[in-house]
Amino acid sequence: MDSLNNILQAALDGVDGAESLSALDDIRVEYLGKKGQVTALLKSLGGMQPEQRKVAGQSINQAKQSLQAAINDRRASLEKAVLDARLIAESVDVTLPGRGVERGGLHPVTHTMERITEIFSRLGFSVATGPEVEDDEHNFEALNFPAHHPARAMHDTFYFPDGRLLRTHTSPVQIRVMKEQQPPVRIIAPGKVYRSDSDQTHTPMFHQVEGLLVDKDVTFADLKGVLQEFVNAFFEEELAIRLRPSYFPFTEPSAEVDVAWDKGDGSEPGWLEVLGCGMVHPNVLKGLDIDPEIYTGYAFGLGVERFAMLRYGVKDLRQFFENDLQFLSQFR
Amino acid sequence: MAGLEVDDIAPAAADFSGIIVGKIITAETHPNADKLRVCEVDSGSERLQIVCGAPNARAGLIAPLAVVGAVLPGDFKIKKAALRGVESNGMLCSSKELGLAEDADGLMELPANSPIGIDLREYLQLDDTLLELDLTPNRADCLSVRGIARDVSAVCAAEIITHDIAAIPAQTDRLIEVKLEDPAACPRYIGRVIEGLNPQAETPIWMVEKLRRSGVRSLGPLVDVTNFVLLELGQPMHAFDLDKIQGGIIVRRAQAGEKLILLDGSEAELDNDLLVIADHDGPLALAGIMGGEASACDLNTSTILLESAFFDPAVIMGKSRRFGLHTDSSHRFERGVDPQSQVEAVERATGLILEICGGQAGPVIVAESVADIPVRKAVTLRLDRINKVLGSQLTAADVEPILKRLGFQLESLTNGWKIVPPGARFDIEIEEDLIEEVARVYGYNNLPIRMPSGRIPTPVLPEREIALRRMRQAMVANGYSEAVNYSFIEQKVLQACDQGQQAYALANPLSADMDVMRTNLLAGLLLSLDSNQRRQRERIRLFELGNVFAASATEGAAPDQSLRLAAVASGSALPEQWAETTRSMDFFDLKGDLQRVLALRGQDDVEFVACTDYSWLHPGQSAKVVIAAKTIGWIGAIHPQTLKQFGIRNDVFAFEVEAESVQKRELPFAKEISRFPAIRRDLALVVSEAVSFDDLIRVIRSTAGVLLADLRVFDVYQGEGVEKTCKSLAISLILQDVSSTLMDETVDSIINDVVSALEAQFGARLRGK
Repeated sequence: MDSLNNILQAALDGVDGAESLSALDDIRVEYLGKKGQVTALLKSLGGMQPEQRKVAGQSINQAKQSLQAAINDRRASLEKAVLDARLIAESVDVTLPGRGVERGGLHPVTHTMERITEIFSRLGFSVATGPEVEDDEHNFEALNFPAHHPARAMHDTFYFPDGRLLRTHTSPVQIRVMKEQQPPVRIIAPGKVYRSDSDQTHTPMFHQVEGLLVDKDVTFADLKGVLQEFVNAFFEEELAIRLRPSYFPFTEPSAEVDVAWDKGDGSEPGWLEVLGCGMVHPNVLKGLDIDPEIYTGYAFGLGVERFAMLRYGVKDLRQFFENDLQFLSQFR
Repeated sequence: MAGLEVDDIAPAAADFSGIIVGKIITAETHPNADKLRVCEVDSGSERLQIVCGAPNARAGLIAPLAVVGAVLPGDFKIKKAALRGVESNGMLCSSKELGLAEDADGLMELPANSPIGIDLREYLQLDDTLLELDLTPNRADCLSVRGIARDVSAVCAAEIITHDIAAIPAQTDRLIEVKLEDPAACPRYIGRVIEGLNPQAETPIWMVEKLRRSGVRSLGPLVDVTNFVLLELGQPMHAFDLDKIQGGIIVRRAQAGEKLILLDGSEAELDNDLLVIADHDGPLALAGIMGGEASACDLNTSTILLESAFFDPAVIMGKSRRFGLHTDSSHRFERGVDPQSQVEAVERATGLILEICGGQAGPVIVAESVADIPVRKAVTLRLDRINKVLGSQLTAADVEPILKRLGFQLESLTNGWKIVPPGARFDIEIEEDLIEEVARVYGYNNLPIRMPSGRIPTPVLPEREIALRRMRQAMVANGYSEAVNYSFIEQKVLQACDQGQQAYALANPLSADMDVMRTNLLAGLLLSLDSNQRRQRERIRLFELGNVFAASATEGAAPDQSLRLAAVASGSALPEQWAETTRSMDFFDLKGDLQRVLALRGQDDVEFVACTDYSWLHPGQSAKVVIAAKTIGWIGAIHPQTLKQFGIRNDVFAFEVEAESVQKRELPFAKEISRFPAIRRDLALVVSEAVSFDDLIRVIRSTAGVLLADLRVFDVYQGEGVEKTCKSLAISLILQDVSSTLMDETVDSIINDVVSALEAQFGARLRGK
């Protein structure tokens, strides 16, 4: 039996010393393969006496089983070592940048206009559009601006040789919508507008969102309410607003709206003008065959760039139209 | 907060101290300098020696004196000094040095009766505040101190203090004939002759100072008085030198071709829509706008005709702009002057002139056509209408005091009032105008607020139209930044990128490089790309979504406005990075970007047709974009010649498509999905290089039929092993049936049919065969 013990010990030593799966397999073949040493011992049982065979058989099978178990353990640990090595080899620097495409960005004016539109959509306003090249009737006459009236001087207008003009506000969309649709009317009209003026605080093209609601029992109180809701929604905080009397030919009463604005530089919050509004002038309604005794309405117009500047801290209006990627890429 | 916006609040005078009223006793020429004078100045308490360079420094002159220790505006401290060897103990000041005028040509001359030694700030009451109001065009009634006072009294609920203007009795009986030829345009003309005026009289300092604070320069007492009355009462006036008038005054329409030299020296060519004040020889003044040079008062004037008229605003509107003029007078007449204030203004002006210049006034001359004088119509105001418009619950007790303080005459009705506004309130014509008056004085911010409530309409949400927002976002996801260019651009630049469309030109462009409406977006984007490239940006991706305009083919019709989506791209395909080798972008990078936008449509129906129709595109890398046989735009590499025109160094790829055509789509309709395995077969085809991939797949699709689930091209090869004028395309066909597992024989027969069809149509053959 010494030889069995010797063989087992040598085999177990071999298993322990096997540094690779193939070396381990070589040992398995050497001892447990068809011509292996342990297999040979088992074969030798056939030539033994039954008594002797029983004892020897038990010992040999025990030795075989413990050898097999040792091989299995060793294999498992070698496999784990191989996997671990592979995983280590495959590790990457996860802090390197991804292989993605650069993302562009919406123009801040577009983004602001979309936000404004979205807020009013939730209040039930639908979006209406109109031509940017307008005629005198829609841009002025129907909005209660008589010819040569000094009120027109507030709008520096671009004209075409045929008498048409570039709309100076999005208010003509009011007229176009109400020509097609009797009240109730509840629309906003976002778009480009033009004034022949260019300096640090004026660009010849800018963006407005016009709002109009005409229905029975619409009051100045509703106008104040909708503007307060809008300002709160847009700036995501409750900001005080105040209305100052003003003049627009197509609204009466008319007002300019200021919000209490904290510049964030430690100075006292001040009032900043953000939009104009008023109750639709009866002359406008009459011109569209809408009876102002039955229907009343409000209208408001806000400058999109103004809101974008406040929201994103843009200091120079002209940057909006220079299309410098250094500027544009900040708004993503 | 009452509608009179305060634009600016400023002190009446700049910050200075230690300036007193001084009198020059003697003025001798400086021994060492011809232009300087050595003056002995009385400061009230002592005699000071002061060296002065002003040309008007003379004995007897009273002028502001800065003593040693005084501080002038700009924190300029006055010290004892020596000027060319002569000691100077202070400084005599000009109005410019005191910040009281923009410029000055000598010392500020104070009246001879000024008290010597008094502090100038006290003497001229300079510790005061100026309010600058920005008036809206409807509030002409506030273009005078009196008008503002009335509004302030209403807003502050305070009584207004009025000053009665005394009628000046006639001291002579001198008259002049005044004829109103167009009584509708000028229904009232009040005149008065004043003779025996002292031409040497000077405007009192208090009036000069009041005018200065209103931004009006003193030009002699006669002009100063008319300006003063205009500011005080809102009634523009004019003073003619009567000796320069021939015969009488005729207020009439100008005749075409008549000319008039105006006070500012310019010559106005007249036409018959203009109203003039004329004498028997010709026009003297442009009514309500500006006087003429020939009849103006000068240093010798001793007899004047004062004019105080009412002109119909419609006759004055827009006229001054024709001559590039904008006068205090036209500004008021355009907006409306109180038709009842003319006599009062003449009396006020007469009183002031007699006080300053002496002389004797004649009787007030009245020429009027009472029937043509506008009467403020009564307007009915209903209390319930006020509350209906404002959403308020005001009572008569809230409303009446407001209206009364504003100067309205009230007559009570059962549920409201019949109201006559004051003459200057041209803005009060209808009930809403009165409602605004009530609201603004009551306070917009004191009125109730009602948050949105009630039924909110739900607009339909169109799904057969891709929202523009989604198209923009697709471009953003592609790596493009959105540009917004002006809609007007230089015609020459525009023409480099269009097919000779007629651009719609502005009549009054802001500048020559913005003279026409854009007919395409590309030109503006190329300019933006260029300016970014000049700022050392190599990889540029920009897009724009906006309207373009084309002059209509129909005479007189509005231009066609259409919405386009365009993009320009230049530089490497991907941003420079560690994982991929940097490669320049090509046509297919941009095509992929466009296809990702088109994919929003969910329909595979867009064709790219090679063409050479666009002069600004590379002839070998350009295509029309076609949907349902309609060309909706183009894509391609920009032609090197065009790049040169724009000064762009790198290759640029671009597309421009009609946004509205892209927007239209069908609703998806669910198809049956297959549970059976798909089979892939690869074909390596050799065809002439003239055959397009589109041609091939059209035949493959029609031949393979419904079992063709997908088709891909995974290699395109030209070179060794393939004939010179041919190319090899590796295409894989994915076949799948919804109702059964495909048999090999079925697949083989389809593939054979495809190969035969391609061979028949294009002479294609399988590679290696």
